[in-house]
Amino acid sequence: MTAITAAAPTPRRSFWRRSQNARTAYMFLFPALIVMAVITFYPLVFQIWMSFTDYGLKNLRATAPAPNYVGLANYGRILDNNIVIPNFDFVRILVFNLFWAFSNVVIHVVLGVIVALILNTKGLRLKRFYRAIFILPVVIPQIIVATVWRNMFDPTHGAINFLLQGTIGVLFKLPPDTFNMDWLNQPNPIIAFGPFILPLAYFALLTANVWLGWPLNSVVATGALQSVPNDLYEAAEMDGAGFWEKFKTVTLPYLRPAMLPYAIYGFVITFNLFYLSYFMSGGGPFGQTELLVTTAYRLVNEQQLYGVAAAFAVFEFFILLAITLVTNRLAKATAQFDA
Amino acid sequence: MTSQAGAVAAPRVAVGTRRRQRSVMTFRRQAMLQLLCLLITATVLFPILWIVSIAVDPRNIARPDGLNLIPPGATLDAFAQVIRQPTQNPVSFMQLALNSLVIAALVSTASVTIGVLAAYAFSRLQFRGREFLMIAVLAVLMLPAVATIAPLFVSLNKIQVGTFNLRASLIGVALAVTSGQLPFAIWNMKGYLDTIPRDLEEAASVDGANRFQIFWRIILPLSKPVIAVTAFFGFIAGWTEFYFSWMFLTGDPKQWTLAMTLNGMVGQYAGNTPWSQFAAYAILVALPVSVVYLYLQKYIISGLTIGGVKG
Repeated sequence: MTAITAAAPTPRRSFWRRSQNARTAYMFLFPALIVMAVITFYPLVFQIWMSFTDYGLKNLRATAPAPNYVGLANYGRILDNNIVIPNFDFVRILVFNLFWAFSNVVIHVVLGVIVALILNTKGLRLKRFYRAIFILPVVIPQIIVATVWRNMFDPTHGAINFLLQGTIGVLFKLPPDTFNMDWLNQPNPIIAFGPFILPLAYFALLTANVWLGWPLNSVVATGALQSVPNDLYEAAEMDGAGFWEKFKTVTLPYLRPAMLPYAIYGFVITFNLFYLSYFMSGGGPFGQTELLVTTAYRLVNEQQLYGVAAAFAVFEFFILLAITLVTNRLAKATAQFDA
Repeated sequence: MTSQAGAVAAPRVAVGTRRRQRSVMTFRRQAMLQLLCLLITATVLFPILWIVSIAVDPRNIARPDGLNLIPPGATLDAFAQVIRQPTQNPVSFMQLALNSLVIAALVSTASVTIGVLAAYAFSRLQFRGREFLMIAVLAVLMLPAVATIAPLFVSLNKIQVGTFNLRASLIGVALAVTSGQLPFAIWNMKGYLDTIPRDLEEAASVDGANRFQIFWRIILPLSKPVIAVTAFFGFIAGWTEFYFSWMFLTGDPKQWTLAMTLNGMVGQYAGNTPWSQFAAYAILVALPVSVVYLYLQKYIISGLTIGGVKG
């Protein structure tokens, strides 16, 4: 962009400068600024104030007295896990939430790229058919996806157990009720290592979210693949490069700039993914698949601890800020490494 | 893709080159890749077929007893039942859909009309405070919608006129959803406006058009695709909204939304709900937006805004 404006002849510039008048700009911005000031920025500031008070049910009525100032008590309660929510453990939730987002994004990106590579193979038949089918998970509302998968993982009537029984069970001639796993509520964690706990429900959630997540990554990767000039492949082939070498030297440099921002975006989206955790496992078993967003929601909706919820949201904001800064730094660092 | 555009001029050439390319692949490789693609297709379609098969199961069973793609004697009874009355509450599907439609329409209209004006200012105009405001919008975009639920709840609850409580109304929910949707709309549309060449506006300016005329006559018609997509995302956000409505709409079940009722049909509340009715209900909620999504797909993918529904 800068190159274009710098090279522009004088009359061009004068047009943009003539209109560089703040009054016009603010007239365009006026409705958005008013609306955002009232329903977005005011609540955010109000939230910070709330986080220092004991705002609760008693303060809800329009005529109710103002809540009491409690200083940093709400923040302290969260860090000390001194909250009515059963099995609340701030560090465990944060660790799980980070791992949840990270593991999902890695699988989504890898699967997305693999499928994009398959569909980009020269001479593959029915490409259009597959592309049309593979986009389906994206177009279904998330709340529907979450509730349908919840029923699919039902221990006695769910499709997953039926499917396992019908394939593996039949293949190995296992007795008819081998597969009655209680996917979403099985109490013994698969992996438990300090605050890092993965129950069986995590794998059920992961399965559902992989189903939901890879197709978009595949779309992004396909877009990037189509921008790779064909001569580069031909040149690499002439140099005797195999599939893996071609992928590393030709494909990957073109995939990176498209996939990396999308992966970062996907990380934040998955980190804040409300519906799967809330509807599939309900945060269970023992709150082990609870995320920060679902915990925040429970604080407000179930506990009506508005002050504590506000403090929790402030924590959440700083955690997300840190994630954004770290991922941006990583993206820049790795980009420089390549160049 | 170019062969598509040039298909009218030289169809035979296009077909010829395609054939030659295809013959490059050996039969074995083609068969292997096809098998792989079919396997992926099966995993993608599995949940969709499962839910359709439950919905049309004629036995009106409470719980499925196996995998039947098309159960013998399939009917649409579950759909009829769900449209009449999805849960024990005396509310029809149409009433719920109407409530969700009100929220969806309000969110969609507000975020697009207000958003496109702001997007234009950010994309084209230089003014003091531009960077600061853009960062402010971006920062909000990063926050999950749930993050502002506590202050929105207590603030909206303060606005009561007689028996009307803004918090417990569809308008209140729409305001809360718009709060998260507007920053996304601004950012999304700004990204698209940045790609519209500036020469057009300069030419119009030479002809004596002012900023507002340029915006109305040139920019708006050119941004139809992104406006459609942004409006649609706003619509989905409202149509499937759950957490604000579940929290805010505490009163009469006649005020409930589609997603709130869905919540009553799964999990701990679902003791009495036959799965065939849940399945039919899920399909009825998903189908309208899914079909439109498929139709708008090409615009969404070209703008890379896909998946931008704020969670």
